[in-house]
Amino acid sequence: MRYIEPHAHMVSRVTDDYATMAAAGCRAICEPAFWAGFDRSSVDGFFDYFCQLTEHEPRRAAQFGLPHFCWLCLNPKEAENLTLAEEVLAIIPSFLDRPNVLGIGEIGLNKNSRHEVAVLEKHIDLAVRHRQMILIHTPHLEDKWKGTRLILDCLKQNPGVDPSRVIIDHVEEHTVDLVLDAGFWAGITLYPTSKCSPARAIDMIEIYGTQRLWLNCACDWGQSDPLAVPKTALEMKRRGHSETAIDRLIYQNPRRFLGQNPKFRIDETACENPSDAAEK
Amino acid sequence: MDRTRLTDIYFPEARSRLIDLAAFLDRIDRAEGQDDFRLKSLRAALAELAAPGSDKARKILLLLSDPTAEPVAEAGAKSAAGAWSRF
Ligand SMILES: [Zn+2]
Repeated sequence: MRYIEPHAHMVSRVTDDYATMAAAGCRAICEPAFWAGFDRSSVDGFFDYFCQLTEHEPRRAAQFGLPHFCWLCLNPKEAENLTLAEEVLAIIPSFLDRPNVLGIGEIGLNKNSRHEVAVLEKHIDLAVRHRQMILIHTPHLEDKWKGTRLILDCLKQNPGVDPSRVIIDHVEEHTVDLVLDAGFWAGITLYPTSKCSPARAIDMIEIYGTQRLWLNCACDWGQSDPLAVPKTALEMKRRGHSETAIDRLIYQNPRRFLGQNPKFRIDETACENPSDAAEK
Repeated sequence: MDRTRLTDIYFPEARSRLIDLAAFLDRIDRAEGQDDFRLKSLRAALAELAAPGSDKARKILLLLSDPTAEPVAEAGAKSAAGAWSRF
């Protein structure tokens, strides 16, 4: 089995997790910027975090042959402070040319507040001006449905947004069609209690197909499972999905979306899928 | 995949969760106090679960969602409760 983990907060994980993911068949890890679990007190905290994502984590991942990529932003959980948000938005462009930066993310909404919407619009504008791809976080639990619709409105209002270069993550049964119908990519997050289980993820895959879908674990400082994607692949096998279909979903789909940015490179010769030959 | 095969795979887990849910409701019943918005939402979701028809996951997620459209004035607490506070 080979897969790409397109959403993992590795700064919060131990080095053993890199080793375990590599052993499970992971071929690349992508890390969106997010909330540390506490509010950073100044723009300097974000500067250091962006250095960690672009310098330190790639080195840690490389020990296990894993390419590490990242997305940069101020997370919606920290968007209530508009002055801080402006300061962080101002330093992001200086990081965009770094070799592992894929775009702006994970931006979006958390509690669907006016300030969160304002900061989301500024991030979208920044991404459009710098021709960056976008990774969107949708809110949790009771706030997800409303937040997803507000986010779609914000994206549609900016004429520079190309839906094929935007992924809207953490979709569930009540939001997946909103995202796909609007032409965006959708991410299903396998996360205990608050997001999606493997069984439900596979239900959505069977109903909506895999044209513009990916799976991710979003492992972070909370209780979460860095192996959620390969474990879901095993569940797909149990549900009768072929090796080819599984490879398409967990390896080729993220590669196809992320590969729109030429910086996203994986050594394909090191990644041959043993099942390819048998299934051709 | 046919119904029997899916039942083979998922019945034990569904049965276990069903009994956990039943025990949770019994536990709540034994405790003093009133149902808050979360328990009210959960009881409404149970009715949806027992109603005829499909698409239950989506319907229950919507029942547990904030149905309003306008952004709120302030974010307040960062975490979500799992049900709409004005249910
Ligand atoms: Zn995340």
